[in-house]
Amino acid sequence: MATTDFIVHDKADTVGVAVVEDIQPNKELTGWIMETDETIKMKALDAVPLGHKIALTDIKSGDTVLKYGYDVGKAVAAIPKGRHVHVHNCKTKRW
Amino acid sequence: MGRFDFYGYRRENGRVGIRNHVVILPLDDLSNAACEAVANNIKGTLALPHAYGRLQFGEDLELHFRTLIGTGANPNVAACIVIGIEPSWTNRIVEGIANTGKPVAGFSIEENGDISTIASASRKAFEFMQWASERQREKCPIEDLFISTKCGESDTTSGLASCPTVGNLIDKLDPLGATTCFGETSELTGAEMVCATRAATPEVGERFMQVFNAYQDVINRHKTSDLSESQPTKGNIAGGLTTIEEKAFGNLQKIGKKVKFIDVLKPAEAPAKGAGLYYMDTSSAAAECVTLQAAAGFVVHLFPTGQGNVIGNPIEPVIKLTANPRTARTMVEHIDLDVSGILRRELTLDKAGDQLIDMVIRTCNGRLTCAEVMGHREFVLTKLYQSA
Repeated sequence: MATTDFIVHDKADTVGVAVVEDIQPNKELTGWIMETDETIKMKALDAVPLGHKIALTDIKSGDTVLKYGYDVGKAVAAIPKGRHVHVHNCKTKRW
Repeated sequence: MGRFDFYGYRRENGRVGIRNHVVILPLDDLSNAACEAVANNIKGTLALPHAYGRLQFGEDLELHFRTLIGTGANPNVAACIVIGIEPSWTNRIVEGIANTGKPVAGFSIEENGDISTIASASRKAFEFMQWASERQREKCPIEDLFISTKCGESDTTSGLASCPTVGNLIDKLDPLGATTCFGETSELTGAEMVCATRAATPEVGERFMQVFNAYQDVINRHKTSDLSESQPTKGNIAGGLTTIEEKAFGNLQKIGKKVKFIDVLKPAEAPAKGAGLYYMDTSSAAAECVTLQAAAGFVVHLFPTGQGNVIGNPIEPVIKLTANPRTARTMVEHIDLDVSGILRRELTLDKAGDQLIDMVIRTCNGRLTCAEVMGHREFVLTKLYQSA
Protein backbone atom coordinates (compact mmCIF):
# COMPACT_ATOMS: atom_id res chain seq x y z
CA MET A 1 0.00 0.00 0.00
CA ALA A 2 1.31 3.44 -0.93
CA THR A 3 2.07 5.80 1.94
CA THR A 4 -1.02 7.67 3.10
CA ASP A 5 -0.10 11.36 3.10
CA PHE A 6 -3.40 12.72 4.36
CA ILE A 7 -6.61 11.38 5.90
CA VAL A 8 -10.18 12.60 5.43
CA HIS A 9 -12.82 11.79 8.07
CA ASP A 10 -15.97 12.04 5.97
CA LYS A 11 -16.77 12.00 2.26
CA ALA A 12 -18.41 15.45 2.52
CA ASP A 13 -15.35 17.11 4.13
CA THR A 14 -13.64 20.03 2.40
CA VAL A 15 -10.35 19.53 4.29
CA GLY A 16 -8.06 16.59 4.99
CA VAL A 17 -5.29 16.13 7.60
CA ALA A 18 -1.61 15.63 6.78
CA VAL A 19 -0.30 12.53 8.56
CA VAL A 20 3.27 12.60 7.26
CA GLU A 21 6.06 15.05 8.05
CA ASP A 22 7.20 15.88 4.51
CA ILE A 23 4.43 17.52 2.47
CA GLN A 24 6.05 20.15 0.22
CA PRO A 25 4.62 22.26 -2.64
CA ASN A 26 3.90 20.26 -5.81
CA LYS A 27 4.15 16.92 -4.02
CA GLU A 28 1.65 14.37 -5.38
CA LEU A 29 -0.33 13.13 -2.40
CA THR A 30 -2.32 10.03 -1.62
CA GLY A 31 -5.30 10.45 0.69
CA TRP A 32 -7.63 8.03 2.46
CA ILE A 33 -11.29 8.77 3.18
CA MET A 34 -12.02 6.84 6.39
CA GLU A 35 -15.81 6.86 6.04
CA THR A 36 -15.87 5.23 2.60
CA ASP A 37 -12.39 3.62 2.62
CA GLU A 38 -11.63 5.38 -0.68
CA THR A 39 -8.18 6.43 -1.88
CA ILE A 40 -7.85 9.83 -3.54
CA LYS A 41 -4.96 11.71 -5.17
CA MET A 42 -4.17 15.43 -5.29
CA LYS A 43 -1.25 17.83 -5.51
CA ALA A 44 -0.09 19.97 -2.59
CA LEU A 45 0.39 23.68 -3.32
CA ASP A 46 1.90 24.51 0.09
CA ALA A 47 4.14 22.85 2.65
CA VAL A 48 1.66 21.31 5.11
CA PRO A 49 3.08 20.25 8.50
CA LEU A 50 2.09 16.99 10.18
CA GLY A 51 -1.44 17.30 11.57
CA HIS A 52 -2.31 20.43 9.61
CA LYS A 53 -5.15 20.64 7.10
CA ILE A 54 -5.14 20.79 3.33
CA ALA A 55 -8.03 22.04 1.16
CA LEU A 56 -9.64 19.22 -0.83
CA THR A 57 -11.60 21.63 -3.03
CA ASP A 58 -11.57 25.32 -3.89
CA ILE A 59 -13.04 27.04 -0.82
CA LYS A 60 -14.41 30.59 -1.22
CA SER A 61 -14.00 33.27 1.43
CA GLY A 62 -17.00 33.01 3.75
CA ASP A 63 -17.62 29.32 3.00
CA THR A 64 -18.21 26.90 5.85
CA VAL A 65 -15.32 24.48 6.29
CA LEU A 66 -16.47 20.88 6.74
CA LYS A 67 -14.62 18.20 8.75
CA TYR A 68 -16.13 15.08 10.37
CA GLY A 69 -19.00 15.98 8.02
CA TYR A 70 -19.74 18.99 10.24
CA ASP A 71 -19.26 22.76 10.32
CA VAL A 72 -15.89 23.49 11.97
CA GLY A 73 -15.59 27.19 11.06
CA LYS A 74 -15.54 29.62 8.14
CA ALA A 75 -12.95 30.52 5.52
CA VAL A 76 -11.82 34.14 5.85
CA ALA A 77 -9.91 34.09 2.55
CA ALA A 78 -10.20 32.14 -0.68
CA ILE A 79 -8.43 28.78 -0.24
CA PRO A 80 -7.60 26.96 -3.50
CA LYS A 81 -7.51 23.16 -3.53
CA GLY A 82 -4.12 21.92 -2.26
CA ARG A 83 -3.44 24.90 0.01
CA HIS A 84 -2.72 24.83 3.74
CA VAL A 85 -5.85 25.60 5.82
CA HIS A 86 -5.24 27.05 9.29
CA VAL A 87 -5.67 30.14 11.48
CA HIS A 88 -4.49 32.47 8.66
CA ASN A 89 -7.49 31.60 6.45
CA CYS A 90 -10.05 29.87 8.71
CA LYS A 91 -11.78 31.12 11.90
CA THR A 92 -14.30 29.95 14.47
CA LYS A 93 -17.96 30.95 14.10
CA ARG A 94 -18.35 30.84 17.89
CA TRP A 95 -17.24 33.10 20.73
CA MET B 1 -10.00 -15.74 34.69
CA GLY B 2 -12.18 -13.64 32.42
CA ARG B 3 -10.66 -11.56 29.65
CA PHE B 4 -11.59 -8.36 31.48
CA ASP B 5 -11.05 -9.39 35.12
CA PHE B 6 -8.45 -7.47 37.09
CA TYR B 7 -6.85 -7.54 40.53
CA GLY B 8 -7.90 -4.66 42.76
CA TYR B 9 -8.34 -3.67 46.40
CA ARG B 10 -11.93 -4.10 47.55
CA ARG B 11 -12.70 -1.39 50.10
CA GLU B 12 -15.05 -1.37 53.10
CA ASN B 13 -17.93 0.05 51.04
CA GLY B 14 -17.57 -2.53 48.26
CA ARG B 15 -15.90 -0.20 45.75
CA VAL B 16 -12.63 -1.34 44.15
CA GLY B 17 -9.36 0.58 43.97
CA ILE B 18 -6.30 -0.17 41.86
CA ARG B 19 -3.82 1.66 44.09
CA ASN B 20 -3.34 1.57 47.84
CA HIS B 21 -2.42 5.09 48.89
CA VAL B 22 -2.33 6.52 52.41
CA VAL B 23 -3.15 10.16 51.77
CA ILE B 24 -2.27 13.16 53.95
CA LEU B 25 -4.93 15.68 52.92
CA PRO B 26 -4.87 19.37 53.82
CA LEU B 27 -8.20 21.11 54.39
CA ASP B 28 -6.64 24.43 53.38
CA ASP B 29 -3.50 26.09 52.03
CA LEU B 30 -2.28 26.78 55.59
CA SER B 31 -2.06 23.07 56.36
CA ASN B 32 0.12 22.10 53.39
CA ALA B 33 3.37 22.42 55.37
CA ALA B 34 2.18 20.09 58.15
CA CYS B 35 0.89 17.54 55.61
CA GLU B 36 4.18 17.57 53.71
CA ALA B 37 6.09 17.13 56.97
CA VAL B 38 3.96 14.09 57.89
CA ALA B 39 4.49 12.59 54.42
CA ASN B 40 8.23 13.15 54.87
CA ASN B 41 8.19 11.39 58.24
CA ILE B 42 6.11 8.40 57.21
CA LYS B 43 7.51 6.82 54.06
CA GLY B 44 5.07 5.78 51.39
CA THR B 45 2.34 8.22 52.40
CA LEU B 46 1.23 10.89 49.95
CA ALA B 47 0.61 14.56 50.80
CA LEU B 48 -1.75 16.45 48.49
CA PRO B 49 -0.93 20.16 48.90
CA HIS B 50 -3.25 22.65 47.20
CA ALA B 51 -3.92 26.38 47.10
CA TYR B 52 -7.41 26.83 48.55
CA GLY B 53 -9.86 26.33 51.41
CA ARG B 54 -10.07 29.75 53.02
CA LEU B 55 -13.01 32.19 52.86
CA GLN B 56 -14.77 30.26 50.14
CA PHE B 57 -18.56 30.35 50.29
CA GLY B 58 -21.73 29.09 48.65
CA GLU B 59 -21.48 26.69 45.73
CA ASP B 60 -17.71 27.18 45.50
CA LEU B 61 -17.29 26.06 49.13
CA GLU B 62 -19.58 23.07 48.54
CA LEU B 63 -17.37 22.08 45.59
CA HIS B 64 -14.27 22.41 47.80
CA PHE B 65 -15.73 20.03 50.39
CA ARG B 66 -17.06 17.63 47.73
CA THR B 67 -13.66 17.49 46.02
CA LEU B 68 -11.65 16.90 49.21
CA ILE B 69 -14.10 14.36 50.65
CA GLY B 70 -14.27 12.59 47.28
CA THR B 71 -10.48 12.49 47.02
CA GLY B 72 -10.15 10.84 50.44
CA ALA B 73 -13.08 8.54 49.69
CA ASN B 74 -11.67 7.37 46.32
CA PRO B 75 -11.11 3.57 46.41
CA ASN B 76 -7.48 4.08 45.35
CA VAL B 77 -7.00 5.52 48.87
CA ALA B 78 -6.67 2.91 51.65
CA ALA B 79 -6.65 5.37 54.54
CA CYS B 80 -6.52 9.10 55.01
CA ILE B 81 -5.20 11.72 57.43
CA VAL B 82 -6.85 15.16 57.23
CA ILE B 83 -5.11 18.25 58.62
CA GLY B 84 -6.81 21.66 58.82
CA ILE B 85 -6.19 24.95 60.54
CA GLU B 86 -9.27 24.56 62.77
CA PRO B 87 -11.29 21.52 63.87
CA SER B 88 -14.80 22.21 62.55
CA TRP B 89 -14.27 22.12 58.78
CA THR B 90 -11.53 19.50 59.28
CA ASN B 91 -14.10 17.22 60.92
CA ARG B 92 -16.55 17.82 58.10
CA ILE B 93 -13.99 16.33 55.68
CA VAL B 94 -13.19 13.49 58.09
CA GLU B 95 -16.86 12.57 58.54
CA GLY B 96 -17.46 12.64 54.78
CA ILE B 97 -14.59 10.24 54.16
CA ALA B 98 -15.58 8.07 57.17
CA ASN B 99 -18.91 7.30 55.46
CA THR B 100 -16.97 4.90 53.21
CA GLY B 101 -15.91 2.92 56.29
CA LYS B 102 -12.19 3.41 55.59
CA PRO B 103 -9.73 4.47 58.30
CA VAL B 104 -9.55 8.27 58.56
CA ALA B 105 -8.37 10.68 61.25
CA GLY B 106 -8.37 14.48 61.51
CA PHE B 107 -5.93 16.87 63.19
CA SER B 108 -6.16 20.63 63.57
CA ILE B 109 -3.38 23.13 64.05
CA GLU B 110 -4.91 25.94 66.16
CA GLU B 111 -4.02 25.57 69.86
CA ASN B 112 -1.47 22.86 68.90
CA GLY B 113 0.94 24.46 66.43
CA ASP B 114 2.53 22.69 63.49
CA ILE B 115 5.08 20.65 65.48
CA SER B 116 2.61 18.92 67.85
CA THR B 117 0.13 18.43 65.03
CA ILE B 118 2.80 16.84 62.83
CA ALA B 119 3.83 14.52 65.70
CA SER B 120 0.26 13.34 66.40
CA ALA B 121 -0.64 12.98 62.73
CA SER B 122 2.62 11.14 62.01
CA ARG B 123 1.86 8.54 64.70
CA LYS B 124 -1.55 7.90 63.15
CA ALA B 125 -0.11 7.86 59.62
CA PHE B 126 2.47 5.28 60.78
CA GLU B 127 -0.37 3.05 61.98
CA PHE B 128 -2.37 3.53 58.74
CA MET B 129 0.66 2.86 56.55
CA GLN B 130 1.48 -0.48 58.15
CA TRP B 131 -2.19 -1.47 58.08
CA ALA B 132 -2.51 -0.53 54.40
CA SER B 133 0.63 -2.47 53.49
CA GLU B 134 -1.18 -5.70 54.37
CA ARG B 135 -4.24 -5.10 52.19
CA GLN B 136 -4.35 -7.71 49.41
CA ARG B 137 -5.53 -7.47 45.83
CA GLU B 138 -8.36 -9.76 44.77
CA LYS B 139 -9.87 -10.74 41.45
CA CYS B 140 -12.60 -8.31 40.37
CA PRO B 141 -14.90 -8.22 37.35
CA ILE B 142 -14.96 -5.28 34.93
CA GLU B 143 -18.26 -4.11 36.52
CA ASP B 144 -16.13 -2.92 39.45
CA LEU B 145 -14.05 -0.60 37.28
CA PHE B 146 -14.69 3.17 37.09
CA ILE B 147 -12.85 4.73 34.12
CA SER B 148 -12.65 8.45 33.31
CA THR B 149 -11.37 10.13 30.17
CA LYS B 150 -10.18 13.56 29.09
CA CYS B 151 -7.75 14.51 26.33
CA GLY B 152 -5.05 17.19 26.33
CA GLU B 153 -2.72 19.13 24.06
CA SER B 154 -4.86 17.64 21.33
CA ASP B 155 -4.07 17.94 17.69
CA THR B 156 -5.75 16.58 14.59
CA THR B 157 -4.28 13.12 15.25
CA SER B 158 -6.35 13.04 18.46
CA GLY B 159 -9.60 13.25 16.51
CA LEU B 160 -8.36 10.85 13.85
CA ALA B 161 -7.10 8.05 16.07
CA SER B 162 -6.31 8.41 19.80
CA CYS B 163 -9.74 9.73 20.86
CA PRO B 164 -11.55 7.14 18.68
CA THR B 165 -9.40 4.45 20.37
CA VAL B 166 -10.83 5.50 23.74
CA GLY B 167 -14.28 5.52 22.12
CA ASN B 168 -13.73 1.98 20.89
CA LEU B 169 -12.86 0.89 24.46
CA ILE B 170 -16.00 2.54 25.82
CA ASP B 171 -18.16 0.92 23.11
CA LYS B 172 -16.72 -2.47 24.16
CA LEU B 173 -16.71 -2.10 27.97
CA ASP B 174 -20.03 -0.27 28.43
CA PRO B 175 -22.16 -3.34 27.60
CA LEU B 176 -20.06 -5.33 30.11
CA GLY B 177 -21.03 -2.99 32.96
CA ALA B 178 -18.08 -0.61 33.31
CA THR B 179 -18.77 2.89 34.66
CA THR B 180 -17.21 5.64 32.56
CA CYS B 181 -17.08 9.44 32.53
CA PHE B 182 -16.27 12.27 30.14
CA GLY B 183 -16.43 16.04 30.72
CA GLU B 184 -14.81 19.19 29.26
CA THR B 185 -17.87 21.39 28.84
CA SER B 186 -16.24 24.27 26.92
CA GLU B 187 -14.51 21.82 24.63
CA LEU B 188 -17.82 20.57 23.25
CA THR B 189 -18.48 23.99 21.70
CA GLY B 190 -19.56 23.47 18.11
CA ALA B 191 -20.39 19.80 18.71
CA GLU B 192 -22.88 20.39 21.55
CA MET B 193 -25.95 19.52 19.50
CA VAL B 194 -24.36 16.24 18.41
CA CYS B 195 -23.36 15.56 22.04
CA ALA B 196 -26.93 16.23 23.19
CA THR B 197 -28.19 13.51 20.82
CA ARG B 198 -25.99 11.07 22.73
CA ALA B 199 -27.98 11.57 25.94
CA ALA B 200 -29.92 8.48 26.99
CA THR B 201 -33.18 10.41 27.47
CA PRO B 202 -34.50 13.82 26.35
CA GLU B 203 -34.41 14.96 30.00
CA VAL B 204 -30.68 14.13 30.30
CA GLY B 205 -30.08 15.91 26.97
CA GLU B 206 -31.87 19.01 28.25
CA ARG B 207 -29.82 19.03 31.44
CA PHE B 208 -26.66 18.72 29.36
CA MET B 209 -27.69 21.74 27.25
CA GLN B 210 -28.46 23.78 30.40
CA VAL B 211 -24.97 23.05 31.77
CA PHE B 212 -23.41 23.76 28.36
CA ASN B 213 -25.23 27.09 28.00
CA ALA B 214 -24.31 28.15 31.54
CA TYR B 215 -20.63 27.59 30.72
CA GLN B 216 -21.00 29.61 27.49
CA ASP B 217 -22.37 32.45 29.61
CA VAL B 218 -19.21 32.36 31.77
CA ILE B 219 -17.00 32.50 28.68
CA ASN B 220 -19.01 35.28 27.06
CA ARG B 221 -18.96 37.31 30.29
CA HIS B 222 -15.17 37.18 30.68
CA LYS B 223 -13.74 36.82 27.19
CA THR B 224 -11.63 39.52 25.56
CA SER B 225 -11.08 37.70 22.24
CA ASP B 226 -12.29 34.62 20.35
CA LEU B 227 -10.20 32.61 22.90
CA SER B 228 -7.74 31.57 20.21
CA GLU B 229 -4.51 30.40 21.99
CA SER B 230 -6.54 29.61 25.14
CA GLN B 231 -9.21 27.31 23.65
CA PRO B 232 -7.83 26.00 21.28
CA THR B 233 -4.46 26.32 23.07
CA LYS B 234 -1.18 27.38 21.48
CA GLY B 235 -0.21 23.70 21.44
CA ASN B 236 -3.48 22.70 19.75
CA ILE B 237 -2.86 25.30 17.04
CA ALA B 238 0.76 24.19 16.56
CA GLY B 239 -0.68 20.70 16.06
CA GLY B 240 -3.00 21.86 13.30
CA LEU B 241 -6.29 22.45 15.13
CA THR B 242 -7.75 25.74 13.91
CA THR B 243 -11.07 26.30 15.69
CA ILE B 244 -12.91 25.24 18.84
CA GLU B 245 -15.51 23.51 16.67
CA GLU B 246 -12.85 21.31 15.06
CA LYS B 247 -11.36 20.53 18.48
CA ALA B 248 -14.82 19.69 19.86
CA PHE B 249 -15.59 17.07 17.22
CA GLY B 250 -12.22 15.42 17.90
CA ASN B 251 -12.87 15.48 21.64
CA LEU B 252 -16.31 13.88 21.22
CA GLN B 253 -14.77 10.84 19.49
CA LYS B 254 -13.82 9.65 23.00
CA ILE B 255 -17.37 8.50 23.78
CA GLY B 256 -17.42 6.10 20.87
CA LYS B 257 -20.11 5.51 18.32
CA LYS B 258 -22.89 3.80 20.25
CA VAL B 259 -22.96 4.49 23.97
CA LYS B 260 -25.43 7.03 25.40
CA PHE B 261 -24.68 9.00 28.57
CA ILE B 262 -27.14 8.29 31.35
CA ASP B 263 -26.68 11.28 33.65
CA VAL B 264 -25.21 14.78 34.01
CA LEU B 265 -22.92 15.16 37.02
CA LYS B 266 -21.92 18.32 38.84
CA PRO B 267 -18.13 18.78 39.19
CA ALA B 268 -16.74 16.03 41.48
CA GLU B 269 -20.21 14.48 41.95
CA ALA B 270 -20.12 10.68 42.32
CA PRO B 271 -22.20 8.72 39.79
CA ALA B 272 -25.35 7.30 41.38
CA LYS B 273 -27.37 5.75 38.55
CA GLY B 274 -25.42 2.51 38.22
CA ALA B 275 -23.12 1.36 35.44
CA GLY B 276 -22.90 3.41 32.26
CA LEU B 277 -21.41 6.51 30.70
CA TYR B 278 -21.68 9.81 32.62
CA TYR B 279 -21.07 13.38 31.51
CA MET B 280 -19.51 15.67 34.15
CA ASP B 281 -19.49 19.46 33.97
CA THR B 282 -15.77 20.27 34.12
CA SER B 283 -13.21 22.70 32.86
CA SER B 284 -11.18 21.48 29.90
CA ALA B 285 -7.91 22.16 31.75
CA ALA B 286 -6.36 18.73 32.20
CA ALA B 287 -5.39 18.73 35.87
CA GLU B 288 -8.63 20.40 36.99
CA CYS B 289 -10.74 17.91 35.06
CA VAL B 290 -8.89 14.77 36.20
CA THR B 291 -8.87 15.99 39.83
CA LEU B 292 -12.69 16.34 39.67
CA GLN B 293 -13.13 12.91 38.08
CA ALA B 294 -10.86 11.30 40.69
CA ALA B 295 -12.89 13.02 43.42
CA ALA B 296 -16.04 11.48 41.91
CA GLY B 297 -14.54 8.04 42.49
CA PHE B 298 -13.03 7.15 39.12
CA VAL B 299 -9.94 4.97 39.58
CA VAL B 300 -8.20 4.87 36.19
CA HIS B 301 -7.96 7.59 33.56
CA LEU B 302 -7.55 7.46 29.77
CA PHE B 303 -5.77 10.48 28.35
CA PRO B 304 -5.30 10.82 24.59
CA THR B 305 -2.74 13.48 23.67
CA GLY B 306 -1.55 14.88 20.38
CA GLN B 307 1.29 17.29 21.02
CA GLY B 308 2.21 15.66 24.34
CA ASN B 309 0.54 16.81 27.56
CA VAL B 310 2.51 15.24 30.45
CA ILE B 311 -0.19 15.35 33.17
CA GLY B 312 -0.64 12.85 35.98
CA ASN B 313 -2.83 12.69 39.07
CA PRO B 314 -1.69 11.72 42.57
CA ILE B 315 -4.40 9.13 43.23
CA GLU B 316 -5.86 8.18 39.83
CA PRO B 317 -3.33 6.64 37.40
CA VAL B 318 -3.39 8.43 34.03
CA ILE B 319 -2.79 6.24 30.96
CA LYS B 320 -1.59 8.29 28.00
CA LEU B 321 -1.99 7.38 24.39
CA THR B 322 -1.03 9.24 21.25
CA ALA B 323 -1.46 8.81 17.52
CA ASN B 324 1.06 11.53 16.70
CA PRO B 325 4.17 9.69 15.46
CA ARG B 326 6.44 12.61 16.37
CA THR B 327 5.11 12.75 19.94
CA ALA B 328 5.46 8.97 20.27
CA ARG B 329 9.08 9.28 19.11
CA THR B 330 10.16 12.39 21.01
CA MET B 331 8.24 11.96 24.30
CA VAL B 332 8.52 8.23 24.78
CA GLU B 333 8.68 8.42 28.60
CA HIS B 334 5.20 9.98 28.67
CA ILE B 335 3.31 7.68 26.30
CA ASP B 336 1.85 4.40 27.57
CA LEU B 337 0.32 3.40 24.23
CA ASP B 338 1.33 4.45 20.71
CA VAL B 339 -1.57 4.14 18.25
CA SER B 340 0.07 6.09 15.40
CA GLY B 341 -0.13 2.90 13.34
CA ILE B 342 -3.78 3.81 12.71
CA LEU B 343 -2.61 6.80 10.63
CA ARG B 344 -0.27 4.58 8.62
CA ARG B 345 -3.16 2.12 8.13
CA GLU B 346 -1.07 -0.57 9.85
CA LEU B 347 -3.37 -0.80 12.89
CA THR B 348 -7.17 -0.96 12.89
CA LEU B 349 -9.24 0.99 15.37
CA ASP B 350 -10.65 -2.30 16.66
CA LYS B 351 -7.13 -3.63 17.42
CA ALA B 352 -6.07 -0.30 18.96
CA GLY B 353 -9.13 -0.46 21.27
CA ASP B 354 -8.13 -3.99 22.33
CA GLN B 355 -4.57 -2.81 23.01
CA LEU B 356 -5.93 -0.02 25.19
CA ILE B 357 -8.11 -2.47 27.12
CA ASP B 358 -5.01 -4.62 27.72
CA MET B 359 -3.12 -1.54 28.96
CA VAL B 360 -6.01 -0.66 31.31
CA ILE B 361 -6.05 -4.18 32.79
CA ARG B 362 -2.25 -4.18 33.22
CA THR B 363 -2.45 -0.77 34.90
CA CYS B 364 -5.22 -1.96 37.20
CA ASN B 365 -3.11 -4.99 38.12
CA GLY B 366 -0.25 -2.75 39.21
CA ARG B 367 1.75 -1.61 36.17
CA LEU B 368 2.84 1.96 36.87
CA THR B 369 1.85 4.46 34.19
CA CYS B 370 4.44 6.73 32.60
CA ALA B 371 3.01 9.64 34.61
CA GLU B 372 3.35 7.68 37.88
CA VAL B 373 6.95 6.73 37.14
CA MET B 374 7.76 10.32 36.14
CA GLY B 375 6.20 11.62 39.39
CA HIS B 376 3.39 13.64 37.82
CA ARG B 377 0.92 14.32 40.64
CA GLU B 378 -1.02 17.38 39.47
CA PHE B 379 -3.74 17.96 42.08
CA VAL B 380 -5.63 21.09 41.05
CA LEU B 381 -8.85 22.18 42.70
CA THR B 382 -11.52 23.89 40.60
CA LYS B 383 -12.58 27.28 41.92
CA LEU B 384 -15.91 28.66 40.70
CA TYR B 385 -15.39 32.32 41.69
CA GLN B 386 -13.47 34.65 44.03
CA SER B 387 -13.26 33.98 47.75
CA ALA B 388 -15.08 36.34 50.11
